[in-house]
Amino acid sequence: MPEYKLRINGTSYSVDVDSDTPLLWVLRDELNLLGTKFGCGIGQCGACTVHFQGAAVRSCLIEVSTIGISEITTIEGLSEDGDHPVQKAWLEHDVPQCGYCQSGQIMNAAALLIENPKPTDKDIDNAMSGNICRCGTYVRIKQAIKTASNQ
Amino acid sequence: MTKIQTQYNRRSFLKISAAAGGGMLIGFSWLTGCISEGKKDETLAIPNEWFDINGYIKIGDTGLVTIYSPNPEIGQNVRTSMPMIVAEELDVDWQHVVVEQAPLNTGFYNNQIAGGSQSIRRGWHPLRMAGATARRMLLEATAKEWGVEVTVLTVANGIIKEINGDRTMSYGEIASKAVGLDVPEEVELKDIKDFKLISTSVKNVDGKKIVTGKPLFGLDFQREGMQLAMIQHPPAFGMKVKDFNEADIKTMPGISDAFIVDITIPEPGYFDEKGFLQLIAIVGKTTWQLMKAKKALQVNWEQISEPESSEMHLKRMEETLASEMGESRKDGNPEAAFKKATKVIERSYSAPFLPHNTMEPMNFFANVTETSAELIGPTQTPQALEGSVSKLLGLPIEDITVNMTRMGGGFGRRLYVNFGVEAAAISKKIGGPVKLIYTREDDMTQGTYKPAYLATYKAGLDENNNLIAFSVKGTGLPESPVFENRFPAGTVENYIAEKASTKTNITTGAWRAPRSHFIAGAEQSFLDEVAELAGKDPIDFRLELLDKAISNPIGKRNDYDASRYAGVLKLVKEKSNWGQETPGIHRGVAAYFCHNSYVAEVIDIAMEDNKPKIKKVWCAVDCGIVINPDAAVNMMQGGVIDGIGHAMYSQLTFKDGLPQQSNFNQYRLIRHSQAPEAIEVFFVENNIDPTGLGEPGLPPAIGALANALYQATGERYYHQPFMSYKPVMG
Repeated sequence: MPEYKLRINGTSYSVDVDSDTPLLWVLRDELNLLGTKFGCGIGQCGACTVHFQGAAVRSCLIEVSTIGISEITTIEGLSEDGDHPVQKAWLEHDVPQCGYCQSGQIMNAAALLIENPKPTDKDIDNAMSGNICRCGTYVRIKQAIKTASNQ
Repeated sequence: MTKIQTQYNRRSFLKISAAAGGGMLIGFSWLTGCISEGKKDETLAIPNEWFDINGYIKIGDTGLVTIYSPNPEIGQNVRTSMPMIVAEELDVDWQHVVVEQAPLNTGFYNNQIAGGSQSIRRGWHPLRMAGATARRMLLEATAKEWGVEVTVLTVANGIIKEINGDRTMSYGEIASKAVGLDVPEEVELKDIKDFKLISTSVKNVDGKKIVTGKPLFGLDFQREGMQLAMIQHPPAFGMKVKDFNEADIKTMPGISDAFIVDITIPEPGYFDEKGFLQLIAIVGKTTWQLMKAKKALQVNWEQISEPESSEMHLKRMEETLASEMGESRKDGNPEAAFKKATKVIERSYSAPFLPHNTMEPMNFFANVTETSAELIGPTQTPQALEGSVSKLLGLPIEDITVNMTRMGGGFGRRLYVNFGVEAAAISKKIGGPVKLIYTREDDMTQGTYKPAYLATYKAGLDENNNLIAFSVKGTGLPESPVFENRFPAGTVENYIAEKASTKTNITTGAWRAPRSHFIAGAEQSFLDEVAELAGKDPIDFRLELLDKAISNPIGKRNDYDASRYAGVLKLVKEKSNWGQETPGIHRGVAAYFCHNSYVAEVIDIAMEDNKPKIKKVWCAVDCGIVINPDAAVNMMQGGVIDGIGHAMYSQLTFKDGLPQQSNFNQYRLIRHSQAPEAIEVFFVENNIDPTGLGEPGLPPAIGALANALYQATGERYYHQPFMSYKPVMG
């Protein structure tokens, strides 16, 4: 199996996996970075969202062989101590129910705020609609994004 | 103060070391660790020694308190609200409490199940007693230490004081001496007015871990030496696996084994698998290699029963409704009353099969040896799993342990234990620890669906527009959705409820608010239409009926409290300013009682670009005492969105026995842009013992939605999903 060197959360890793292995399974099975979740495997639910050069992507669709030197950030690397404005806003609004989709929601919201620091409701709807929350915390997620956007 | 006997579930309050199996509790902290993340800033140090006061509570020498949350956490937030109840009666500072998930222990805890919105309702007394008993023992230990009577002592926030003196004793200092004291025969519970923690909004104890991506879920569980496994079940209902290219699969990279497992057990119970009992199992090193091996499977399937289709399903249900049905309740003479009626209206409603689609697909860890089985993962029914694994392996219950992880959603799916049993069967075959993982496709096409339903309602009004006759008949694949003793039963002189089941080989199970999730929407949309026919305001129409049920109920088996029912309707009427017209806003209302709680909802819709957009939802709730108000609001918001989403967009259809939707590219769940812009929740304030909220928020949302859509579009919505052939919302 080929060896791939990856830059994840500012750390260099080397993994020995099939070239078509999705980043999601490299993170979860090889690197023990379990915050990135498996939901659908086809880029439809957003549970596996990570940052790829600062932009939100679905890690289940990124083959390891295509990553190269690109910087990857996962929920574990979003902040030092869970103190990213989006994480803080999530806690303030006590968003999670089951919590499973939330690291993907947070990663997507954090990427949105980099691109658009003051999103409107419509902007939030457009940017977040690829992230399913089966428990229905959508109202709180929107409030939390607005709180974070004012930080 | 209420004095209460501690005999009820007394074993829970005994010292742990004295009870069989108690050792399991100690040291079970592989997920939570000793101290939760949120406690970092606290002044209390990590204890050197912990003292087990009873099955729910251990106190450290520094005063830090661990409270075990007995029930499975599926997102309903019981891991916060159940320990809050213990902490209230224990009288300890919440900042000094660490919560841990208790493992399955039927000797200690009753009702370790997440289902039917019963955790809080059934936990209320045992949890209060656990706290009160421990507090009493700590007081007794202090009294003994100081040589005084317990009556001269008082306690607040974990500090015991003399009422007329200066001495103080912290729980941490006295805990060691409370261990081994006799459990009091009788304890005093707090007056509700003295509650300090209950009815305050306490944040989710796992909030910080969730937002930082800590491994909390079953899918995240790891064990040294563990292999991974996947299953392949037949693609269609009515099929069975015959054989497959075993040799080819076994030689694939990273694959260590492939075989057929059989999870047939003697005398299967309600929570056991009914459909696919033989499955192909593939074992290997990594998830991706297993996924590739699954794609390479070449299987010979055998047809064992008739392949079904959605058209066939509808036809079968229509035939059931047209045939002789079981009469489950009859008041007065409905037949004569319908003949006498000036106006008669009849409408039919339907809803499709639905998968649960928890965001975390099914998975379980199992480590089976010759003499024991260890199971760890997401289950709503650990006790049922333990029983089924015991039957499968022929091992006594005592040799099986089940530990629960946090669950990425439940909605009823994880009441059924097949995936845990499958993990055990695979572990037994390979002779080592294994974690079974379902793909989304496995999860969505495996069955255990919400049943499909069809129901017909009929109402008769007299010349003064009084409701004088009412009929409901319903069927489903396979169960009937009718609750014969629910509203409007008890309010109509001439009433009939009929039900019958319709056969299918599609496997079904409980899905959030079973039956209510369909029948509430049907009933509440029908009543809206009846009110319209009677020329009455829909809330006033319902209140008029409920007045009758309060003053002069028909029949004796009505299963709701008409005053509390009317109470939520009045509250939502007031809070939503019902009756006040807002230009561009179209409103619908519904109210429902299920799972012991009362909920009324008003939905406001605006037409934007010719599409309905939900602007706001107003909810009024009577669930008795509200333990954790903000978390309760969250649960209601979730229930409303869940109800709206499934009624609008979701359906699972069949062709030749094959589910036609297997992932989120074909199966629609509600998304951000379709969610209501705001959901406000109001609680009726009373001192009634608390009831649950996992389910009651969902059913009325479907009725209120259908009624608001009618106001907005002029069209009635009878068949779910409402938007299947219509422009998409939002």
